Amino acid sequence: MEILSLLGDGILVAVQPLNLLLIFVGVTLGLFIGAMPGLGSVNGVAILLPITFLVPPGSAIIFLAAIYYGAMYGGAISSITLGIPGASTAVATTFDGRPLALQGKARLALVAAAIASFVGGTVSVVLFTGFAPLLATVALSFGPPEIFALMLLAFATFVGLGGDDIPKTVFSICFGLVLATVGFDQISGAPRLILLDMNGFLGGISFLVLAIGVYGIGEMIWTIESTRGEVTNTEAKITAKGIIEDTGTTFKRGWKGMSIGSFLGFFVGVLPAAGATPASLMSYGVTKMLSKRPDEFGKGHVGGVAAPESANNSASTGSMLPMLTLGIPGSPTTAILLGGMVIWGLTPGPRLFVEQSDFVWGLIGSFYVSNLFALIVNLAFIPLFIWMLRMPFTVLAPLIFVLSVVGGYAAMQDMFDIWLLLIFGFGAFFLRKFDYPVAPAVLAIVLGPIAEPTLRQSLLLSSGDPSIFFNRPISAPIMIVAIILILMPAFKYLRPRRAKPAE
Amino acid sequence: MRVGEIVTAGVLALLSIYLMYKASANGIGFVAGTGPQGGFWPFWLSLGMLISTGFIALNWVRGTSPQSQSDEPVVDSYGLKTILLVGGGIIGFVALIDIVSMYGAVAIFMIYYLKVLGRHGWFLTGMMVVVFPLGLFFFFEGLMQISMPTGMGFTEPVFNVLYEIIY
Amino acid sequence: MNILKTLAIGIAALGLSAPAAMAEWQPRKPIDFVIMAGPGGGADQIARFIQSVAEKKDMTSRPLIPNNKGGGSGAEALIWLNSTNDPDHTILVTLNSFFSTPIRQPDLNIDIQTFTPIAMMGVDPFALWVHKDSGIETFEQWVDAVKAADGEYTTGGTGTGQEDSIVFAYVNNAFDLKSKYIPFDGGGAVAAALAGKQIMATVNNPAEARGFFQSGDVRPLLVFSDEQMSAYPGIPTLKEKGHDFSYYNQRAVVGAPGMSDEAAAYYQKLFEDIFNSEEWQGYLEAESLSPLWMNPEEQRAYWQLQVENHTKLLSGMK
Repeated sequence: MEILSLLGDGILVAVQPLNLLLIFVGVTLGLFIGAMPGLGSVNGVAILLPITFLVPPGSAIIFLAAIYYGAMYGGAISSITLGIPGASTAVATTFDGRPLALQGKARLALVAAAIASFVGGTVSVVLFTGFAPLLATVALSFGPPEIFALMLLAFATFVGLGGDDIPKTVFSICFGLVLATVGFDQISGAPRLILLDMNGFLGGISFLVLAIGVYGIGEMIWTIESTRGEVTNTEAKITAKGIIEDTGTTFKRGWKGMSIGSFLGFFVGVLPAAGATPASLMSYGVTKMLSKRPDEFGKGHVGGVAAPESANNSASTGSMLPMLTLGIPGSPTTAILLGGMVIWGLTPGPRLFVEQSDFVWGLIGSFYVSNLFALIVNLAFIPLFIWMLRMPFTVLAPLIFVLSVVGGYAAMQDMFDIWLLLIFGFGAFFLRKFDYPVAPAVLAIVLGPIAEPTLRQSLLLSSGDPSIFFNRPISAPIMIVAIILILMPAFKYLRPRRAKPAE
Repeated sequence: MRVGEIVTAGVLALLSIYLMYKASANGIGFVAGTGPQGGFWPFWLSLGMLISTGFIALNWVRGTSPQSQSDEPVVDSYGLKTILLVGGGIIGFVALIDIVSMYGAVAIFMIYYLKVLGRHGWFLTGMMVVVFPLGLFFFFEGLMQISMPTGMGFTEPVFNVLYEIIY
Repeated sequence: MNILKTLAIGIAALGLSAPAAMAEWQPRKPIDFVIMAGPGGGADQIARFIQSVAEKKDMTSRPLIPNNKGGGSGAEALIWLNSTNDPDHTILVTLNSFFSTPIRQPDLNIDIQTFTPIAMMGVDPFALWVHKDSGIETFEQWVDAVKAADGEYTTGGTGTGQEDSIVFAYVNNAFDLKSKYIPFDGGGAVAAALAGKQIMATVNNPAEARGFFQSGDVRPLLVFSDEQMSAYPGIPTLKEKGHDFSYYNQRAVVGAPGMSDEAAAYYQKLFEDIFNSEEWQGYLEAESLSPLWMNPEEQRAYWQLQVENHTKLLSGMK
């Protein structure tokens, strides 16, 4: 009960007029920053960090948390309306959000994203309140072997995502994983795969360059070419009644996705090296696997929007936990928040919950209030985003191209990456023509940089003995489940003739 | 399509071999006691890419994938025209960034796309050409404090004025 | 109407700024404030702290914009500065990888003496840490424990060739020890891996280990500074153990090669003001950094010395 009264105090702190104003401004700013391809919460938080010195530390972190949540909601907007995942956390949202928008159901997709985000945020705050100190201990026991096992599981949930042509899907996954290794090898520090010996590759290939290239350029040219420029735009009317109906649909068809996303998202988010992106991907995969109609996923299933969106919001609350209690950031954004706390004179660590309980519970209270505001602000802006989608395609298309290039530059600050982005875009266009699935490559470039170092750290720990993955109590069960899931479609593939008539 | 499919697979196979070659510089072995070397992961995955292209070629020979049976052209003349106009426009846009600055390039690209490809009226074009780059400038440079390329020296007076406004 | 007004302001501004520019150099556009490490680490925290001090006191007419280029132990940042086309608006927050990376990667063709010295903001000491459950209380016990493990003792750090691995290499060499070294992604992750008992010992900066030190999960055994540290009373230095070795991570700001003298003077003055600010002095104190102010000539001499030291240390690591 003590926790509840602390949380109550925290919420009271958050609803003080100054803090409430900061939450409102932060959420609105975050929403637009997140909706811009290339920019995400990390940019918003980094830029506004110095401004927070004008207000007390408690209010400052509330402001930054509000931007963080706003941007999380905003990420879904660019995934759905533009088809470009603005941040890696929103990749999974494009799988079903974009098809919905192309079917003229953009409003439903946006409402589902907003509602699911809110549900995810709420569940995670409740979990955070109840189990924070316990989970901090669990998070510490996740070493490299456990994280690697988890990444393998994340891949396993995605087998079969790519489509029917298995060699092309395998190619796409491997290609993404290889691209992720370009740059410097984290373990040995040596340069690796510096293609054509160009210095630009020393910095590695960012997820954003690939994702914006593939979705913002490649997919767009493909759409223009394959529809002969006759793109049907969304015609959905915006009425309060419609939004309420969509809310109903979201709960009816997306409740499973939301519950899986909220809980799974939180637990994956809490783990230090993992964070919100694997959380949203795994939630999507698990929801699809457990669905009675998995074939509808990827073609515009509400659950396919609800699951990753509830998961990425839930995980972003979860990733505050390792930051506050262990001092390790679960994401680049929390890394900057961490820097902010140091500047404000707060030491993250196991003692923070005891010594700075006002601050911690004020922050958690503000998570909750931020979430509520983000929902309201997001719903209020849906008409604006729908209006954007109604623009003639010859206006919308150049806007998307420009936003891709400008956003890509904003994120990378290097013209080299912009040229690379174009190459990926044109390459993706041609591969798309020949039915190579591109999503697996985009996922692989996110998960690869977590999977490879943890594999090698584990093997260093065990002196090269792979049994380390199977003789630790947490990693062993995860590994076994992951391997079974990966092998399942392989068995199916070996017997394609017999499987066919059953369809 | 049928020719394109095998050509694509061939190009990707060559890419895989190149990646394997690059990865081999970091050591592809599994060292007893310390685990895999730096090139291990990319090398064997590139080999996975190569094997995949092999299967794609096998499917092509057996004619089991839809692309290997289709006699449609990869792109018809309309498609080719679209790709050249749109794709060429984007390449031109990016090439211009280093000359006339990001915002100048955006403006030129918008004129090209709206007026030449979209055949929109001058009013809409003019609005988009002026308002959109300026909006981007204030959003990125003013609010987000992210500076974009300013192109060659001759754009400097304009930027000095703009910077003076936001700071 | 608006355009006219804008133009008018612009012309007025040009008229005003032209004579001022002749008198004293001022930045004309946002300053690219490159950080040699990823977000969240020690260097990043310092850069953001400096940025916020400058912002709070309104010290610059154009903002400092942090830009993380941590790839390849800072190689990415060094190349970035080396190839910038606007050296007057590009500065870098450095670590010791400023010295070690060009030595380890001669292919990069980086000559750090071409960079422009600006300010030495302080130096960050290192300590040797173990988990409290290990039962190890003193450095001597630790040496025995590592020897007893016979090569199976696991240590961790931020990567081979990084600051902590250099310290480990020296200690291993000096006391004839053998241990495994697991690279992690940043000092915070290293500290957490020790607290979670994934590894048995680390060499961390005080700031990185502070949370777990305060909670009592980890304890320092030895410090690598010249004298004992007030933050850890009674913990001996390596010098007291009979080895003349101390090691600090530099927290310095340097300018891009080819920066004009006027611009360099401007940044030197700016960072001197930041160094002398109450905020920075408080930060040094809170994070157990030592101030080590140097003028530009002293900085160049210090670079030379450090390059020689690191060449020696790195050649001994193989």
